Parts: sequence; C-alpha cells; structure tokens
Amino acid sequence: MTLASQPVSNIWADMPILSAKGISKKFETAEGPLIAVNNVSFDVAPGQFLSVIGPSGCGKSTLFNIIGGLTEAYDGTVTVAGETVRGPHPSIGMIFQEESTFPWRTVLDNVCFPLEISNTPKAQRVEKARHFISLVGLSGFEKRYPAELSGGMRQRVAMARTLASEPKILLMDEPFAALDEQTRLLLGDKVLQIQQQLQQTTLLITHNIAEAVQLSDRILVMSYRPGKVKRVVDIKLPRPRTSEIVTSAEFGMCVAQVWNDLREEATRGMQEAERLR
Amino acid sequence: MNAAAAMMLRSVPAAVGLALFLGLAGVAEILLRFGVLNRFVVPPPSDIAASFGRLFAEEHLLTRFLATSQECLYAMVLLAIIGVAAGTALQQMPLLRRACETWIASLASAPIVLMYPLFLVIFGRSNATIIVMGVIAGLPPVILKTVEGLSGTRKVLLDVGRSFSLTRRQMFLKIMLPAALPTIFVGLRLGLIFSLINIVGVEFLINFGGLGQLINDLAERYDLPGMYATIVFVILVSVLFFLATERLERWVGRA
Ligand SMILES: Nc1ncnc2c1ncn2[C@@H]1O[C@H](COP(=O)(O)OP(=O)(O)OP(=O)(O)O)[C@@H](O)[C@H]1O
Ligand SMILES: [Mg+2]
Repeated sequence: MTLASQPVSNIWADMPILSAKGISKKFETAEGPLIAVNNVSFDVAPGQFLSVIGPSGCGKSTLFNIIGGLTEAYDGTVTVAGETVRGPHPSIGMIFQEESTFPWRTVLDNVCFPLEISNTPKAQRVEKARHFISLVGLSGFEKRYPAELSGGMRQRVAMARTLASEPKILLMDEPFAALDEQTRLLLGDKVLQIQQQLQQTTLLITHNIAEAVQLSDRILVMSYRPGKVKRVVDIKLPRPRTSEIVTSAEFGMCVAQVWNDLREEATRGMQEAERLR
Repeated sequence: MNAAAAMMLRSVPAAVGLALFLGLAGVAEILLRFGVLNRFVVPPPSDIAASFGRLFAEEHLLTRFLATSQECLYAMVLLAIIGVAAGTALQQMPLLRRACETWIASLASAPIVLMYPLFLVIFGRSNATIIVMGVIAGLPPVILKTVEGLSGTRKVLLDVGRSFSLTRRQMFLKIMLPAALPTIFVGLRLGLIFSLINIVGVEFLINFGGLGQLINDLAERYDLPGMYATIVFVILVSVLFFLATERLERWVGRA
C-alpha cells in the first residue's frame, strides 16, 4: 500500500497544485478601461509558500479574487490540480484584505461558520474552532462580538475562520496589515507552523518585505500599472524558520534584493499617481 | 451594591424622560389655572389624571387597551411576515424592484385610513377591517427597509460566503438576512407606528374595537379629560410595542 502509493505521490509533488496562465483583468472605469492585471502566469507546487508583493493598486487583490473564483470576466486560466477553476473552488480558502467577520456572530460562532456549512457535528465543531482560536492567540475572547475587538483581533478571527475550513490552498490578502511588528512576527511564526503541519499551499499578499522573506519559498514582485510579474525571487533560507531568522545576514541580503526591485516600482507608482492628480 | 448602582444608572434616562413629561404637564396645568389656555379645549392634566379611575371602572379601559394591543400584535406579526417576504422578493428580482419601489414608497404617504369604507364592505365592522388596514398602512416601510438592508450587505461578506461555497439559500439565511436585520427592524418599528395610527383611526371611524372607539364615545360626550386620558393609553401601546421590538431584535439576532 505504502510502497505502491509512493511513486504516485511523487508525480503529484512535481505537478503544480495551483497554476495561473496568462491572467489579465480589465476594469471599465469612468476614465476609461484600466488594466489591473496584465498577463500574469505562475505555478505553485504543493506545500509551497508564495508571497505576492507590489505597490498599492498594482492588482494583487484583483489577482487573488480571480484565483479564488470570485471574479467572472477575466482572461487566462486558473487550474487547481490540473482542473480548470470556474467559480469558488472547495480546496481554496480565502482571507480578505477588508474586515470580513460577521458582526452578528461571536468569535466562536464566526470560526464555527465553515464547519456549520460542512455539517460537522456540534461538539467537534466547537473543539476545532477553539483550537484555531487559540492558534491565532484569541483564547478567552470566544464569547465576544467583533465590535468588542480591535481591528487586528478581528482580522485574526477571520483568519481562524478560514483556517478552520482546513483548505488545501490558502489565499491571504494582507492578513497582518493591522498588526504591530511584534505580533505580526509571532503570528507569522504561527502561520508557518500551521502551514508546515498541514502541508498547506499558501499564497500571501503583503506590503512587508521582511514578512515575505521570513515566510516564503518564492516571492512574486509585481509592477505598477499594468500589474505584471516583474520578478520571481526564490528564497533559499533553511527551514524550519522562525522569526529569529530576521537577524541573520542571508535574510538581510534577500530583503535588499526584493527591496531593489520594489523601490523602482513604488517610485514609479507614486509618480504616476502624482501625475494623475 | 455595584449591581444596584448600575441599575440606578440605567434607569436615569427613563427618569429624566418621565420628569420632562411631568414638567410639561405641570406647565400646562399652570397655564390653564391662570386662564392662558382655555379649559374647554385643553383639560387640565390633573383632571386627566383624575379620570383614570372612572375610565377603568366604567369604560373598561383595560379591556380596550388589551383589544387595541391585540390588534397591534396581529398587525405586527402580519407586517413582519408579509413585509419581509415582499421585500425579499423585490430584492431578488431586480425588474420587479425597479417596477414597484417608487409606488410602494409613495403609498407610505397615502391617507390609507380614508379607504375604510372599502374594507368595511369587504370585512364588515370587525377586527379584520381594523387589522388589515393597519397592516396595509405599515407595510411600505417594512418592505423598503428589507430591500435596503438585504441589498446593503457588504460585498466582502458575500465574498466570504461565496468562497465557502454557500448555496443561494444558505447565502440568504446565514449572511444576507442577519446582515440586514438591524435595518429590517428599523422598518418594522416605523411600520408599527403607521399601523397603530391607522388601527386607532379606523376604530374611531367605524366606532368599533378598542381605544379608538372609546375616544370616539368620550368625544361625543364631550368628556375631554377622559379622551386625553385614553390617548395616554394609545401612547402606552406604542411604547409597549417599541420595547417589544427591541427585545425581539435582540432575540432574533442571537438565534
Ligand atoms: N471593481 C473595480 N472597478 C474598477 N477598478 C477597480 C476595481 N477593483 C479594483 N480596481 C482597480 O484595479 C487596480 C488594482 O486594484 P487592487 O485592489 O487589485 O490593488 P492591490 O494591489 O490589492 O492594492 P492594495 O495593496 O492597496 O490593496 C486599482 O487601480 C483599482 O483602482
Ligand atoms: Mg489589495
């Protein structure tokens, strides 16, 4: 049994679990058509951690919504394990950039939500939800409503909710944006831990270069208008990693490399925004 | 000790409200005593207060109060069921919504109470006429606020639902409806106010049922203190239902 399945799983390991080919998206705006994403292609191997980094407004969220199956009209194809995606895919879990907790549900009930949908028995539901709540460091807040939490705490509730559905592929759109640097690093550790444990394929959008380097196997640096992949940076830092890595020399070099690419884009983005004004 | 203090603190607004009310009554009393206002048009508050005993004993004020409250209760249940269902239908069918929204809104300002002869012919001089007219008057705000609440569901919450592959039904019951609930209750409270006005108005016009009929009777007998005292009870019905909807909202919100 084990012997027979061995070669098969190897084949799967070589095949990208997620693949985007020639993704483009155009918005019709009052000032005319706007190309938000232009011909983006990349593959993600199973269990890989990929970060997408790029200046504000370069089309990162738009790209994620396409991969998550929430956007209908676009060019290109997205495949999950070889299967073309049309609409939300059950093995993809999303964490949104915007505040997305359900204000009418307590923290516990928010996190229970996907388990309710999948008809998990009640006792198991609560146990699992509590596990993920403690994972994001919110134990003791189960009975609170989102309105009684801080912005960063709410984002962590949303994160726990998506994690509770145990998706094979996790798309996270700036989940740490509202957090302070220390919490961000510690939560990054947690995410890495979960990701390694569950062998989750993870895509993370971030503005934070250090965060991207700390967590990723590979970083896509995107350019500003049109949103293209400017460069792919492979991070070869040893695993398992923790936040302690941020003090190492290799880490510093990786950050410098990404920063060089990004500075050009950010500068261009700012100038263009100035000119438009 | 602390709990008692908290209770005291919570009852402060109610106490201030009551004090204001009594203060205004006091001012009216003084103006009447000094003849600034005519006591044949406005009865002194003290007379109004004194008439309660008589009203309870001779005019069955409590029974009347309960009758009107009961009509209101039926109207509220029907309002909630019909209004939310109609609002949902409108929200789900954009064509229907564009077709109907404007005239439903204009219906809200129509003096529906004047259509009582029509309903009198259909339902007779009965509770049914009163309740149906109350419901019709209260429906527009419930329908419109339901549409508004459901359409106002934040896009990201819908995206969360879609990313978890919710069915249309789940999407409605688990995301859109709870998100719309506060707005729907605003509509329900507004609708109830219209309903109560119409219920009492129709009772008055067809001389049947609860507080409205009593007001009619007392007015014909030129018993002004009694009439105003009865109006106080109409207000009491309104307060009662306002509190009830608040309770209901909290209860539905948790369920
Ligand atoms: N629904 C829409 N209609 C029109 N234009 C849109 C729409 N959504 C996004 N855009 C435009 O597409 C571009 C990319 O937006 P997107 O949200 O993907 O950026 P982003 O990279 O996620 O930025 P940020 O880092 O600030 O979140 C922006 O210029 C934005 O104005
Ligand atoms: Mg974004």
